[in-house]
Amino acid sequence: MPHMTDERVRAGLTHEEDLSLLHEVSMKTAGVSRLEMCIQCGTCGGSCPAAKDMDHTPRMLFAMLRAGMREEALRSNTQWICVSCYHCVVRCPQEVHIADVMYTLKGMAIHAKLYADSTAPDFSQTFVDMVESYGRSFEMGLATRHYLKHFPLRLPGMLPMGFGMITKGRMGLRPKKIKQMDQLTKILDRARQLEMTS
Amino acid sequence: MNKYLLYPGCSMESSAKAYMESMNAIVEPLDLHFEEIDDWNCCGATEYLGINLIPAYSLIARNLALAAKQSPPVNGTGGTRTVVAPCSACYLNLAKADHYMQERPSLGAKVNEALAAGNLQYKAGTLDVRHLIDILVYDVGLEKIRDAVVRPLHGLKVAPYMGCMLPRPDYQHRWSDHEHPTELDDLLRALGADVIDYPLTTNCCGGHMTQIGPETAFELIRRLVADADERGAQMMVTVCPMCQMNVDAYQNEMNHFFGTDYHMPILFFTQLMGLAFGREPKELGIGMELVSARNALANIGVEEPVTQEPAAPKKKDEGLPMPRRWTRHEGRKEALK
Repeated sequence: MPHMTDERVRAGLTHEEDLSLLHEVSMKTAGVSRLEMCIQCGTCGGSCPAAKDMDHTPRMLFAMLRAGMREEALRSNTQWICVSCYHCVVRCPQEVHIADVMYTLKGMAIHAKLYADSTAPDFSQTFVDMVESYGRSFEMGLATRHYLKHFPLRLPGMLPMGFGMITKGRMGLRPKKIKQMDQLTKILDRARQLEMTS
Repeated sequence: MNKYLLYPGCSMESSAKAYMESMNAIVEPLDLHFEEIDDWNCCGATEYLGINLIPAYSLIARNLALAAKQSPPVNGTGGTRTVVAPCSACYLNLAKADHYMQERPSLGAKVNEALAAGNLQYKAGTLDVRHLIDILVYDVGLEKIRDAVVRPLHGLKVAPYMGCMLPRPDYQHRWSDHEHPTELDDLLRALGADVIDYPLTTNCCGGHMTQIGPETAFELIRRLVADADERGAQMMVTVCPMCQMNVDAYQNEMNHFFGTDYHMPILFFTQLMGLAFGREPKELGIGMELVSARNALANIGVEEPVTQEPAAPKKKDEGLPMPRRWTRHEGRKEALK
């Protein structure tokens, strides 16, 4: 750890630099995130097709992580607006795994119950519930459960679409279940234990 | 005969049934053999990764473990190491798990510990995860595809829509470019189609935002459809179930949201391959799209089976002062302001 030398105090620094949040996010990310390498160039935000709807561009969010602003960063809608299109990822000059960092921040926000709008976390959870029950996604169940809870007013406008999907045979009315569901359940149970202890 | 293990993915059995049917129709004429991975499970799409890391990767890796066990290559005969995924999201998830389990060995070890609870294991790097169009362009080859064409798609103006999760992040450097790959253009040209220049080819369709933040998604869909329309495309052509779903099934709602009136059909590239190979529209799931491709296909003399198009949402009568409904070109001008 660097010391608060006289020189640093004279330069106006009042706190020790604390990178623990940055490291925590980095370590929780799949692969080698390279988050620490961000040079704040802004290529990510400039490449993002959804940046206009974000509270903070990815660059700003990464600066907040470096500054230890845990609550503000986790409460940001940025990670939820990210559409995982990987435009920023292939353009980042430092090769930061930006989209995967966004996944990490979603998980941390859910864990800390820090999010302004529960639509996205609920959607993810509903999806995961379906997969953990059947081993497959079940679009019909997912859509009805999700829309009834979060977009009841959108439903009338969506009826022609839902009707079209069903009559054209594009939406099954019953879930499909994999044969070895017990095997998948055992794997996921063990994985969750490992997640807690890591 | 080229043999591959197939990971179809959940959409292929429901919303993207047309993709499955048309894929099955072109496999045989191209001398490909796809063997489905037995008892595969959902890849978690873009949802599981945002909740818990180890369970998300273990979910994906179960498929890799099953695949590796199913068809081991024995002295270069019989088996295969290649998994083909027709869905871009599945393709990316499978490729991502394989890649990160190697890049971060501690992740690989934990995932294998979880798999062991189900008597499975997977050594990262054992399999090649590839997308269907990769197999068609690079293994089968454009020449063979061109040879199979009996009904060239001359006069059909198509916008090649590659989507985002296929060419990016591209861990194995499989694509000609991350932002402007030409594989889909080349393949459609081999079928005789009139391929327009479509710079938005790898832009995002909105992904799951149609479910959680529709306004964000509608704008992304509008850009894609408006640009294809402006450049004179009669239809868009996709390689991904999620792209097809968003552009097709949500186009009506998007039009309603912006007051626009686009009618841009979007078909799977395999459906056009099937047509070019002389198969009948009904064998290829043509007619399952919600924005009908009937008029577009009339340009190549193909008659689409009659299906009922879902009615547009009922418009309100004049009552409250509502903004004027835009025509497509006015809508675009407004949006550019």
